[in-house]
Amino acid sequence: MAADSIQQTIETVYEAESRRVLATLIRLLGDFDTAEEAMHDAFRAALEQWPRDGLPASPRAWLVSAGRFKAIDAARRQKRFEPLGEAGERADVAVEDQAAWADEESVADDQLRLIFTCCHPALAPEAQVALTLREVCGLTTEEIARAFLTPASTLAQRIVRAKAKIRDAKIPYEVPARADLPERLETVLRVIYLVFNEGYTASSGAQVTRHDLSAEAIRLGRLLTELLPEPEAQGLLALMLLHDSRRTARMSPEGDLILLEHQDRSLWNRDQIEEGTRLVTEALSSGSSRAESTGGGPYAIQAAIAAVHAEAATAEATDWNEIVGLYDVLMTMAPSPVVELNRAVAVAMRDGPAPGLAIVDAILARGELREYRLAYAVRAELCRRLGRTSDARAAFERALALTRQEPERRFLERRLEELSRT
Amino acid sequence: MKYLCLVYLENDKWHAVPDRECKACGEGFRDRGVLLAAEPLESIDTATTVRVRNGKTYITDGPFAETKEALAGFYLVDARDLNEAIQMASKIPPAREGSIEVRPVRELVP
Repeated sequence: MAADSIQQTIETVYEAESRRVLATLIRLLGDFDTAEEAMHDAFRAALEQWPRDGLPASPRAWLVSAGRFKAIDAARRQKRFEPLGEAGERADVAVEDQAAWADEESVADDQLRLIFTCCHPALAPEAQVALTLREVCGLTTEEIARAFLTPASTLAQRIVRAKAKIRDAKIPYEVPARADLPERLETVLRVIYLVFNEGYTASSGAQVTRHDLSAEAIRLGRLLTELLPEPEAQGLLALMLLHDSRRTARMSPEGDLILLEHQDRSLWNRDQIEEGTRLVTEALSSGSSRAESTGGGPYAIQAAIAAVHAEAATAEATDWNEIVGLYDVLMTMAPSPVVELNRAVAVAMRDGPAPGLAIVDAILARGELREYRLAYAVRAELCRRLGRTSDARAAFERALALTRQEPERRFLERRLEELSRT
Repeated sequence: MKYLCLVYLENDKWHAVPDRECKACGEGFRDRGVLLAAEPLESIDTATTVRVRNGKTYITDGPFAETKEALAGFYLVDARDLNEAIQMASKIPPAREGSIEVRPVRELVP
């Protein structure tokens, strides 16, 4: 094969296999940094040997084995300068595991091990996100820093500290036992959803959608459901797909927000809706049929709500009764004032603005969501529909004062302007 | 991405790390194909500073730092990202005596 096309093949293999190779090398070598270095060396060796010897039958197995060899070799060389036997011990461990590493099932589990380790609850939430994006998704520190509008040096430190903690606190590289799975899975799902939301509704900055992060989160969700087809993992993937299906419709070409009821539904991505709806149906039905399953939970219910929206031809045709019912279920599973606020919107759509407003005011009266811009935006909208213009104005102004996001600010200003014209 | 790892040492620690260790580190990097250049520097007493102001060249002795760390050498490395560069920097032997400053290399704007 020509050197050019081999080079290209190696790049393709890197894209497809580097994360899996890394996940296995971490298990074999017992350390993130050693494994990363070993993987780097393995790909360099491939660049030298594959053009000469041809493509190996299983590139991934070749790379893992080359990485292992390189790590042992490096440890031996380093040993000359290390008075303590640490490097030598590391090499010995690797040799002992030799027979075990190729076992298909352990290799398949390595990626899950990596995900659960990166999302270990002993790590700070922002470290979980950074580590997952770098180690599981293969993003560079600089790419993650740009996406989160954080200085690269801050992010690099977060990753260094997280790895040190994994090493020093001896966070195990394992898939949690069945009994711990629901809780540990919840952390993983939260990390994925956080990445998705950072891409979908950036909490600050000029862009509403930073699509790369949403796409990365969907890819992660897909990987997770393949490796671990738990209903809540399916539910989260469905939720992300159903939200993402509206991506092009939720923003005007000028970058202004468009509310769900005013979106051009022909712009919604039908493939994503279809896949999302299928997944949510599966998640909700498997929850009741499989005894050992963790069951469909809050993500699956939220996805079901998104699916009801997706199947309606117009906002008016939406089955609001079904949506209110799903919010009732969600309130029993994961009660929160934000869920209650969303339920209030659905109630307003079903029964009219007054009953909806009563719920919003009750939430605000309890002192909850006092700093939450959307609570005031909802109140403003419902007051406007009831003709209570000055109340609407006050609430829009409060929402405007609380928002940090440019398109949202423009949206609220527009609503205020419209209000003064009526 | 290229990163410059700047080695800083206090004057009295200039030779605290045996040369053969630094050499081995550089060779290790070179074998792995991640090293673009690396050189150690003579001590700060040998430094000369050059400035050109209004077309005139000014040459001064120094700078002299009393106790502070001074630039003792550098490794120009090729890394996938900042974390990989930091990982390499942590392997540079003088890191345990002084400090290594990792700086991304900037592309010149044409």
